[in-house]
Amino acid sequence: MDTNLNSANARLDETIAARAPWSAVLHAGETLRIFDLEGQQAVDTLIYNANDTNERYSCQDTIAAQGSAYVTTGTALLSNEGRTLMTVTADTVGRHDTSAGACSCEANTVRFGHHTRYMHACRENFIIAAARHGMTKRDIVGNINFFMNVPILPSGELAIDDGISAPGSYVDLRAEMDVIVLISNCPQVNNPCNGFNPTPIRVLIWPGQV
Amino acid sequence: MTTLDFATPEQHRQRYLQLRQAAQARAAAAPPRLMDEAAAGLAGDAIITNETIPGGWYWTARLKRGEALRIINTSGRSAVSALLWNAADTSERFNAGDTVKLQWTAVLGRGKLLFSDMGRVLASIIEDTSGGRHDALTGGSTPLTNQRRYGDASLRNTRDNFRLAAAKLGLSVRDVPPCITFFAGVRVDDAGAFVWRDGGMPGEFVDLRAELDLFVTLSNCPHPLDPARDYAPEPVEAIIFRAPSPGADDPCRCASEEAERGFENNNAYLRG
Repeated sequence: MDTNLNSANARLDETIAARAPWSAVLHAGETLRIFDLEGQQAVDTLIYNANDTNERYSCQDTIAAQGSAYVTTGTALLSNEGRTLMTVTADTVGRHDTSAGACSCEANTVRFGHHTRYMHACRENFIIAAARHGMTKRDIVGNINFFMNVPILPSGELAIDDGISAPGSYVDLRAEMDVIVLISNCPQVNNPCNGFNPTPIRVLIWPGQV
Repeated sequence: MTTLDFATPEQHRQRYLQLRQAAQARAAAAPPRLMDEAAAGLAGDAIITNETIPGGWYWTARLKRGEALRIINTSGRSAVSALLWNAADTSERFNAGDTVKLQWTAVLGRGKLLFSDMGRVLASIIEDTSGGRHDALTGGSTPLTNQRRYGDASLRNTRDNFRLAAAKLGLSVRDVPPCITFFAGVRVDDAGAFVWRDGGMPGEFVDLRAELDLFVTLSNCPHPLDPARDYAPEPVEAIIFRAPSPGADDPCRCASEEAERGFENNNAYLRG
């Protein structure tokens, strides 16, 4: 752990309730830490250039550029302009999904049955969080799912498996430009991404080194 | 916050495992039968338009529900990236993540569906002679990937093709989501690394049947993970044709319970 990053130095230290949306603006050089407090809690995340939200996270460009399917320490989270929005500077889990997208009320009906339409979902959170920054459903693209375990097998099989993040696991993301970060603390209970029990997470932001 | 949980965590787990096991059983079974009409070639009077897309270029089209688009890899060396929007509401568009997640596989061949972000089916893959050699994970080429592969960021690329195509449909960069690329043999190895599989055959094709009225764009650019050192995209053919009407036993509609629910969502939407 970077010893400069202790909670006393953080400019923000918040708990995000289970199932809730969240957003923040980070300046270039600042670091965001996301704690999976109780373990096995998916944290759906989107990133935009704070000065021009037409520039946004591109999951496909990110994994094509690194040549592998999962996000972990060292991954440059690329934009649709081919620039690095944020860099993953620490990861106590080892791998995170960025191919399986966010849950939505509509996709839930297909996956789990029409009776699940009126269950809360990540896309609902993203729409609410995006609206705070002048954006709409059109701006919600393929996201990162921190702490979500989605192995993609050589056969192509892709499924959400039990999470591999222990209580207290975290990732650190360093902003490489001014960015807007949207988070949905995933409310899904129909698959194992939250251990069938959504729980709170904690976020901290540290100023950049001077 | 209001939530409606219908079951205990253990009941949710059992339900999830049942769905997963059904998907694994389907994956182990043979793919649905060839659709004879498509396999035998298109009758002349079924063809609505026929376009040759030069290497490096893009093309846009409107497809009415029930029409189909055949994309032919004429040379066997092309890759064709695609995006689809609901023509009646372009905020509804192809969703790569949902498409692989809802079907429990990243291999999208014959019998598979292309889903929108609204839990509806935009198109059905009613024929595919490439054996599912397509990619919905890693996207298309960009100035950056062309610089890295060919040393020339100015070469035509899929990212800019999609922005141009979107503009001509009244859309913008905000409307360009992750895409699917046909004839791109991307797989993932045990360690999570992407592996490129050659194997394109001249004349191989894929047929997409529109399940809603659509805007479609195709970009004919080499895939960013294609290891070939030369940038030499060949022309491809795009044919819009009248597809046979799907029957009650249509293999795409009956492919899985997820597919059935996706089409139930289409039907509810089309009833207005």
